[in-house]
Amino acid sequence: MELHELKIHELHELLKNKEVSAVDVTKAYLERIKEVEPQVDALISITEEYALKKAEEADKMIQDGNINDLTGIPVIIKDNMCTENIRTTCASKMLEDFVPPYNATVVENLSNLGAVMVGKANLDEFAMGSSTENSAFKTTKNPWDLSRVPGGSSGGSAASVAADECAFSLGSDTGGSIRQPASLCGVVGMKPTYGLVSRYGLVAFASSLDQIGPLTKDVTDCAIVLNAIAGHDPKDSTSVDKMRKKDYKEFLKEDIKGIRIGYAKEFFGEGLDDGVRESIESSLKIFESLGAEIKEISLPYLDYALAAYYIVSSAEASSNLARYDGIRYGHVATNYEDLIDMYMVSRSEGFGKEVKRRIMLGTYALSSGYYDAYYNKALKVRTLIKKDYEKAFEDVDVIVGPTSPTTAFKIGERVEDPLAMYLADVYTVPVNIAGLPGLSLPCGLSNDLPVGLQIVGRHFDEGIVLNAAYAFEKACNFNAKPSFKGGAK
Amino acid sequence: MNYEAVIGLEVHAELLTKTKIFCSCTTEFGGEPNTHVCPVCLGLPGTLPVLNKKVVEYAVKAGLALNCEISKFSKMDRKNYFYPDLPKAYQISQYDLPLCKNGYVEIETSDGVKKKIGLTRIHIEEDAGKLMHENIDGSLVDYNRTGVPLIEIVSEPDMRTPEEAYLYLTKLKSVLEYSEVSDCKMQEGSLRVDTNVSVRPVGSNEFGTKIELKNLNSFKAVQRALEYEIKRQIKLIENGEKIVQETRRWNEQKGVTESMRSKEEAHDYRYFPEPDLVPIIVSDEWKEEIRKSLPEMPEHKKERFVSQYGIPEYDASIITSSKPLADFFEKCALEYSSAKTISNWIMGEMMRLLKDTGKEIDEVPIKPHQMASLLNLIDNGTITGSIAKTVFEEMFMTGKNPDDIVEEKGLKQLSNEDELREIAVKVIKDNPKSVEDYKNGKEKALGFLVGQMMKATKGKANPQLANKLLREELSK
Amino acid sequence: MSITKDEVIHVAKLARLKFTDEELEMYSHQLDNIIKYVDKLNELNTDDVEPTAHIVPISNVFREDEVMPSMDREKILMNAKEKEDGCFKVPKIIE
Repeated sequence: MELHELKIHELHELLKNKEVSAVDVTKAYLERIKEVEPQVDALISITEEYALKKAEEADKMIQDGNINDLTGIPVIIKDNMCTENIRTTCASKMLEDFVPPYNATVVENLSNLGAVMVGKANLDEFAMGSSTENSAFKTTKNPWDLSRVPGGSSGGSAASVAADECAFSLGSDTGGSIRQPASLCGVVGMKPTYGLVSRYGLVAFASSLDQIGPLTKDVTDCAIVLNAIAGHDPKDSTSVDKMRKKDYKEFLKEDIKGIRIGYAKEFFGEGLDDGVRESIESSLKIFESLGAEIKEISLPYLDYALAAYYIVSSAEASSNLARYDGIRYGHVATNYEDLIDMYMVSRSEGFGKEVKRRIMLGTYALSSGYYDAYYNKALKVRTLIKKDYEKAFEDVDVIVGPTSPTTAFKIGERVEDPLAMYLADVYTVPVNIAGLPGLSLPCGLSNDLPVGLQIVGRHFDEGIVLNAAYAFEKACNFNAKPSFKGGAK
Repeated sequence: MNYEAVIGLEVHAELLTKTKIFCSCTTEFGGEPNTHVCPVCLGLPGTLPVLNKKVVEYAVKAGLALNCEISKFSKMDRKNYFYPDLPKAYQISQYDLPLCKNGYVEIETSDGVKKKIGLTRIHIEEDAGKLMHENIDGSLVDYNRTGVPLIEIVSEPDMRTPEEAYLYLTKLKSVLEYSEVSDCKMQEGSLRVDTNVSVRPVGSNEFGTKIELKNLNSFKAVQRALEYEIKRQIKLIENGEKIVQETRRWNEQKGVTESMRSKEEAHDYRYFPEPDLVPIIVSDEWKEEIRKSLPEMPEHKKERFVSQYGIPEYDASIITSSKPLADFFEKCALEYSSAKTISNWIMGEMMRLLKDTGKEIDEVPIKPHQMASLLNLIDNGTITGSIAKTVFEEMFMTGKNPDDIVEEKGLKQLSNEDELREIAVKVIKDNPKSVEDYKNGKEKALGFLVGQMMKATKGKANPQLANKLLREELSK
Repeated sequence: MSITKDEVIHVAKLARLKFTDEELEMYSHQLDNIIKYVDKLNELNTDDVEPTAHIVPISNVFREDEVMPSMDREKILMNAKEKEDGCFKVPKIIE
């Protein structure tokens, strides 16, 4: 097996036993990036020089006996997390040359552990989208079929893991942006409970929904990365206290006997692909065979989650993205009449279509006379959805279902119809609305494309989600690899 | 018809915390532009606010001192608008759930009437940066002040005269200074005042069209601007013209309010709950802890000054109307035995000079020990009382030591008998008319002659000695 | 509800965005569709429902009032296109 095909825990064994050095590993991944990147287009920046320097530091740590699970492990960071002195673009023309003077807390944590950042991943501009086609710079391709999208908005993060350009990546998830691309690219992706991972340094899209999480090659790696990034951060007022964090590796057990698994009948309605439905149904059978108790549950307000989500997330985005005026950083217009015109022209030139659409929707929803009808209404519906889940979790320990209603769709297929694109998030959005932890892992193939299974738990119950996922992964034994077919070359 | 004014005030006061409201940058005034700035207060993408606990405590303290209810549950909201001095393009403020509400301030008008002015609310928020317009080709932005904590104190429209507005502000400032939550320096912008005013026929319960006044740089300016504006509005109504709701700017030089160019669009701040900050819950325990930390308030201090120092009640109320003035008095009283004398000096010379120069007490460089030295110089006969006034004025202006001033200017009292007798003889020779009056039994004439001796010695003659010598010479 | 073109123009102004006529048509049409979709929320009676602004119920998260060094001005200004005398520079504002 090639180095780039290995998982974190496999690489860690080699590094620990000094069979390879961190520099060897980093060089192997940089080679792999050069090989597949022209086909996949997963990255906005390749940080070769920085990576080699970090790899040397990692080797020193290993020499000094300071090795931990992530020392010397190559990672790719979604390009909406700030990296000190390394360009952070959010895939927007607005931030094309923005160089943050500080590190996001997660980036700082990984760096302190000796992880080696080899690149920054492509995304939908400001994380708004479900296909990575909204990037101002490039469209990332799905390694399973290069004519298809990798999902989004963390499409670059998911594709880079699927294409072995790194051992793991970080993504951000506001309405499914980790889980949906993980599903479409056949990797493991997790959105932790809102507040478990610090958002400091994550360029805000919708502050009450955004959460950073790992994209990995298996569930074990997911727990390892979660261990590294979870925990209280004094710089993020919404990050939870220290007591909430656990050692997530301890939950990696094959035994799930007696665990109560719910599936919502609402998941199996209109719009769900047959192939996906079949995979999910057989997944439920696997759980049953493992001794879990399967229960049908109901989430009656699920149907309203998407509408509430688009109001809340767009309203917050309209405010979060108001700071981009070209004065302190970012794109500034060259031709304008006065101050107000400078704002208007800079912003109109700097933002792409989808971002402008959401700013417009959000501004409208907050504007005088509409606040109660839209924004406050959406917050109330949020309460109903939260209660839906609370009620369901009285009877079950986790809820499983499809991550996405379809497998990877064709590039360009949905760009003209924003509403159709939004429907890609119908199963993932409610989880953000309720702030719950959700994990997607591959559970089968449909027409040679991976299908993702979503497992959702109670607040801060990442442990049981990982337990269920780990047991399922062992039993399902999904080991297909992307084919890189259908490329233009 | 008779008209009355309806006046409401909005006061912004900077809190005396060491750091900004949402980051650890210093709140120190001044500093080179953009040197008290970090990624958080610059609003860099990805940064998040964390609330300074002291800001909540100080606001609650102000609320308690101003007789407010303290909200058990309150939250922060975003107020969205675009301006270059606002780096996030939203101000983190409080909208529907302010920290304090329903308070009041009691004032006493010049005719002795006591009146309660209601306070609608006090909320916490962040300050904006500073724009400088000196350049020809552009404006410059300094974000040092961005994120300095403010409380906004909104009054009920309870004031009816500009005098009441002035008294309200004076009292409010005094309470804020007393509670040690703000230094209230208008010249440094740590206290800012906006006012709303409308007029209506006396007896009416409806409100007239409201005018907002800006650019009010002192309490006197508030009073003058209101006086002008009320007259203007009454005149418009009497001429049958309509008052248009607008914001007007006070022009201090011309003594008039002027219409500001109205903004091109109505404000729509799109308030919504700040998702990056969690709710603030003030428990009864916390509230009581804060209450305990409140220092002595003006009323109590006044009573104590009367009983402890034996100064007249009127003097005590003037001196305690300002915390720095009261502190000055009390520190002087520690250094010098007669509190009554100190109080006389403060009521007389100090108040006169403050009024003449327009200075605030905390801008006066006199140290309490210097004040005590000055009074000792009078007591030990080194200078006369009238010279002391000259020395005090010099101290007020320069902060020099009284001994040095006396030395430099040669102001020591003349007590040399021979020298003074010579002058007495000369004064008697030069004023035969007064001498004659005195000899005819007019005691008053002696006073005139003493005055002439003072004049001849530039006020330095020992008055008792001058008196004695004149009598002696006249009886010869 | 539906959104009119005039409202779109007003909202664009509030959001400091500038559109060509063609874009205005497109956004009016798309926003109208999205708003019609989100209007389904009005099927629900939420009169007695409290809004949820924060999903995880935490409160009183504070920082102590301790001064930390600010950032070097060079770094503060490093991403600005227009600067002068240690300040950010904007088009002349007439007050």
